[in-house]
Amino acid sequence: MSKLEHFRILKSDDSGYRLFIILLTILIAVGYAAAHHMESHGHWVSGMNNQVVWGLPHVFAILLILSASGALNIGSMSSVFGQSHYKSWSRFSGLLAIVLLVGGLIVLVLDLGRPERLVVAMTHYNFKSIFAWNIFLYSGFVAVVIVYLWVQFQRSLNHYVEPAGLFAFIWRFVLTSGTGGIFGFIVARELYDSAMMIPVFIVLSLVLGTSVFLLVQRLTYRWSGVALETETAGKLARLLGIFVALELFLVMAFHLTSLYSAEHQGVEWFILSDGGLYTILFWIGQVGFGGLVPLAVIYAGSPELSMRRILVASGCAVVGAFAQLYVLIVGGQAYPQILFPGKTVQSSFYDGVVASYSPSIYELALGVGGVSLSMLGLFVLLRILPFLPDNRAG
Amino acid sequence: MTGSGTVSRRSLLKGATACAAITAAGGFRIVELAMAKSPEDAASSLVRWGMLIDTEKCASDCDACVSGCNSEHNLEGMGRPETDAQWIRKLDITDNQTGHVSSLPMLCQHCENPPCVDVCPTGASFKREDGIVLVDKHTCIGCRYCVIACPYKARSFVHENLHNQKSYSPRGKGTVESCTFCVHRIDNGRTPACVESCQSDGNGAMVFGDLNDKASEIAVKIKSEPSRQVREDLELNTGVRYQNV
Repeated sequence: MSKLEHFRILKSDDSGYRLFIILLTILIAVGYAAAHHMESHGHWVSGMNNQVVWGLPHVFAILLILSASGALNIGSMSSVFGQSHYKSWSRFSGLLAIVLLVGGLIVLVLDLGRPERLVVAMTHYNFKSIFAWNIFLYSGFVAVVIVYLWVQFQRSLNHYVEPAGLFAFIWRFVLTSGTGGIFGFIVARELYDSAMMIPVFIVLSLVLGTSVFLLVQRLTYRWSGVALETETAGKLARLLGIFVALELFLVMAFHLTSLYSAEHQGVEWFILSDGGLYTILFWIGQVGFGGLVPLAVIYAGSPELSMRRILVASGCAVVGAFAQLYVLIVGGQAYPQILFPGKTVQSSFYDGVVASYSPSIYELALGVGGVSLSMLGLFVLLRILPFLPDNRAG
Repeated sequence: MTGSGTVSRRSLLKGATACAAITAAGGFRIVELAMAKSPEDAASSLVRWGMLIDTEKCASDCDACVSGCNSEHNLEGMGRPETDAQWIRKLDITDNQTGHVSSLPMLCQHCENPPCVDVCPTGASFKREDGIVLVDKHTCIGCRYCVIACPYKARSFVHENLHNQKSYSPRGKGTVESCTFCVHRIDNGRTPACVESCQSDGNGAMVFGDLNDKASEIAVKIKSEPSRQVREDLELNTGVRYQNV
């Protein structure tokens, strides 16, 4: 019996499916048009400025990249940790990881000041830059996951699934460390410059990857009729709960250690108390939606988790992660740089004041376009190759 | 060419124009090559360009250095202060405990260990042998990581189309830029425009020179008088130093 018989392609002529694909295509076109507008007119039409140079597109891009890395975890659980009940979903996990990463990278590239110079980025490297390393880590991730998928598809190569899965697991760990390092290695900004950024990003990727996986497999179910068994989904949701609790712990450790030193108290009070939108996003978005609500939904009430509870917990975790990245990326830049500790500084270049940033519709369109590209890629490839488990395989 | 083998007036004019263009282009190239510096005159690590700013002489209401820089590099604003580039800016600093107020110009500090160079993925941000930190506008992809990494907020991203650029100070939409120490002037034995303006229109608060030349005015001053670097805790060994702040 061929291994491929346990998997199937997505077959759907449902009008809702067609409408979904058309909607995604439109959103991608709108996202591209928005990027083109920002590039041809210059970034002054976006919400960014010389104080906040990474805005909403970076939030979307990093959200997608972290989700990609975390989505592969479901595959790793079977090939690395021997959890066989996830095995039938490891192909889907790998595919989801690739499309999410590509979507995130496209957003990053289109938000560059000179996106047409991508070839320069691929041919000129400064290996002291974590960004340069990330170019290798991201493109390498796609290659590594393709190999991981290949050895799963090719029956004669199935005995390589475990080593390939282990290699992919290690690669994604390093990749997420590299993404955290983008912020951790910045000495100039009060909120960054901490090795804690690396574990915070690794666990956030597990939160995001698990919740995005749970949401997307359910979306796929609409047209494929194939979904995680409720019991397996429940196990995964309880694992999500552990990741969410761990992330809350790391974030708490980060802020408490930061609060302890007088030099960081300014930025800490900005995030925790006086930062307006950033404070609201931190407490309601990151801690509330991203932490307490999923924990309550997963652990309060009956231990038998319904799919509804699982999806609510997952959705809230994604919203919370979005808020967390917004607070970190935008809030971290909005807080004024300290050039002279103990002194108040004023200038025509917004020194000493909280920088303003209002996301533009173009940036939102670019970010949504990236998410749509990931989803379109997923649903097109699901129709071409058998990534979905067959019902008979469980 | 006409059918009879004679040359038409139009063809002749076309040919002549093409020849003139090729000759002129070649001529310009030859002149450019003739004016280029010899390898012996290239930037050398024996030199470390630096600047010393005496904040006691720097008046809060004086922006001669800023005007000089803007004029030299044609940094005309678009009326959008949040996105307009600033290569040098005046800071008014008030001590929170004592209330003492001082004023100083802030610009790229031309660090010996520049974070902008470290983080640049393509190597577009680079440091010359003589310590001047620059951006190669041809390899900058506009990722803006250096803007985030600079502890001095000294870099600007070009947010829109530019007009009337100076040939010696190329800029580009979608790339990052900052003070060049007026490298085009230094290479011709002159001082940066801000320093010149401070001397002529300001209060003579800025001194420029070779930090490695023990006999230079700047080297003598930083040896005999106290001065400091901004954010010296980062140990970047800045080329720009301040007095009385």
